Amino acid sequence: MSFKRFLALFSTRNKEFFRDRSSLSWNILMPVLIVAGFSFAFSGDIGKQFKVAVINESMANAQSQEFLKLKHIDFYSVKSSRSEIARIIAKVQRHQVDMLFDANSKKYWINTESPGGYLVEKILLSSAVNTFDKQTVTGKQIRYIDWVIPGILSMNMMFSALFGVGFVIVRYRKNGMLKRLKATPITAFEYLSAQIASRIILIMVVTAFVFYGTNLFVDFVMNGSHFNLFFVFALGALSMISLGLVIAARITSEETAGGMLNLFSWPMMFFSGVWFSLEGAAPVMQSIAEIFPLTHVTTAARAIMIDGAGLIDISYHLIILTLQSAAFLLFGAWFFKWD
Amino acid sequence: MATDLLQVKNLVKHYPNVKAVNGIDLNLKTGVCFGLLGPNGAGKTTTVEILEGINHASSGEILYKGQPLGDQFRNEAGIMFQSTALQDYITVRETLDMFARFYPKNSDIDNLILRCNLTEYLDQDNRQLSGGQRQRLLLAIALVNDPDIIFLDEPTTGLDPQARRNFWDLINDIKEEGKTIVLTTHYMDEAYSLCDEIAIMDHGKIIAEGTPKTLLSENFNDVVLQLPETELNKADFSALTTHCKGEYIEITTCDVNSVISMLIENNVSLSYLQIRPRTLDDLFLELTGKELRT
Repeated sequence: MSFKRFLALFSTRNKEFFRDRSSLSWNILMPVLIVAGFSFAFSGDIGKQFKVAVINESMANAQSQEFLKLKHIDFYSVKSSRSEIARIIAKVQRHQVDMLFDANSKKYWINTESPGGYLVEKILLSSAVNTFDKQTVTGKQIRYIDWVIPGILSMNMMFSALFGVGFVIVRYRKNGMLKRLKATPITAFEYLSAQIASRIILIMVVTAFVFYGTNLFVDFVMNGSHFNLFFVFALGALSMISLGLVIAARITSEETAGGMLNLFSWPMMFFSGVWFSLEGAAPVMQSIAEIFPLTHVTTAARAIMIDGAGLIDISYHLIILTLQSAAFLLFGAWFFKWD
Repeated sequence: MATDLLQVKNLVKHYPNVKAVNGIDLNLKTGVCFGLLGPNGAGKTTTVEILEGINHASSGEILYKGQPLGDQFRNEAGIMFQSTALQDYITVRETLDMFARFYPKNSDIDNLILRCNLTEYLDQDNRQLSGGQRQRLLLAIALVNDPDIIFLDEPTTGLDPQARRNFWDLINDIKEEGKTIVLTTHYMDEAYSLCDEIAIMDHGKIIAEGTPKTLLSENFNDVVLQLPETELNKADFSALTTHCKGEYIEITTCDVNSVISMLIENNVSLSYLQIRPRTLDDLFLELTGKELRT
């Protein structure tokens, strides 16, 4: 291993990436746009679990007023005309509104097949009488955006790792650049390690930029150590870059590479717990998710950011990521072909 | 006295259903410009790739300075492929610097830039180079490690005539430094002008080898007379050895005087008569029976 040759490849690859403005800006912009989109979409409705349309709100009796004061239910007033009532009842039928409530007559309409309607009815019927001993806790609310951000950062890393390394290697193989490098004293190990090192640094710079940039306007929860999060992301990046090397080890067509990379990235994007919790998911799906590096990066990052977990707490995920990185690297280097 | 730099013994390369290289022996002396010619599919690219260490032989032996190809060869060989992509967003200077850092020994980069006429383009992105500029950069890359042996694979393909001539000047400069060159080309005039020795390959074998002059004198003792087809149609010349080449008829003969006399007797105008010696093109067609770009 020649460090001089490694550095030559490493620095050139870095220049190539940072000068490719469109690719660089897309790498930074995409996760920011996703976070901004989610932030906007959930800004008004966080905590509003049920939707109840109310007629005759001004004539509400005492019992009705007590119900209408309940939190986390989106009450909105509608006119009491026949046509309006018919329109809302249609919405109740389609599960778009959980309940239509007449504040004057105490009549209400629900769809018996709607879970939301069932629950709102239970709330309505119990709201007037409270026989429970109330226990309270306090704490900062964890919004969906706080929960989803570790996943979005990890997912962006995954795309950058898989496509940034896998696609580039296939392109270089196809256009003869790798063949030219093979004709020099460069070894496969030097070439691959330079690619990995360069991509890890680029991913970490971009992720840090997205992390702090997004936090400026979303102000998401970060209860753990920044160093621990950095460590998890670096290890996750290594694991996913190595997976990219395995995928790109022999492919010579960009079309095939694109298909293969999508074959790996799309299931990971949907079944690694980025968008929704895997708790309660089918056991088969949970087992499949365990195979994906993205699952472990997301879970570990989420534990650090939301629960303030330390490295010991997430050691299971760190061990899995380390083993996966080693396995993918060894196999990728062994399987790699220059041309 | 020139020493053996590269020795090739009974080189064979099999692909499924194809024997691309079928028992080649070569002996390249130091300081020689060696040309490997052959029609498409003759096996010359496979042969050169094996010599470059890019491809592996099925059997046979290659010795560089008496040793099997290894680290020494990689450090001392300069290679210019016919088509090599260069990294986007990287300048000419940075590309040269990167390749220079791959090798333990380097040429004087500033001198190399001057020789390859790259001074004006040093800060230009590789993507913005013209065909000629790009070929000169690829040559500079091949020379960046001050190589003892240089492989040039069809280096002037796609260049305009002026750029080709400039490139020949560069190669002649390299020859004057005593470097050994292995050149593959489709252009016979290029091979004749640059090569000290040539080998013609067909069907995976070398079918002729020697200096261009020796090969021509060994295979031909005649010359070629060329006349417009319309002139020769005026009379019967079936006694002569002729063949059609586009709008011209070529007559090959060892006795130019008697052919010219015959033409005059038959009132053929000699205004457009051209007489030329045999060339490598003729030799190539004679030996392989194929046009070069079939």
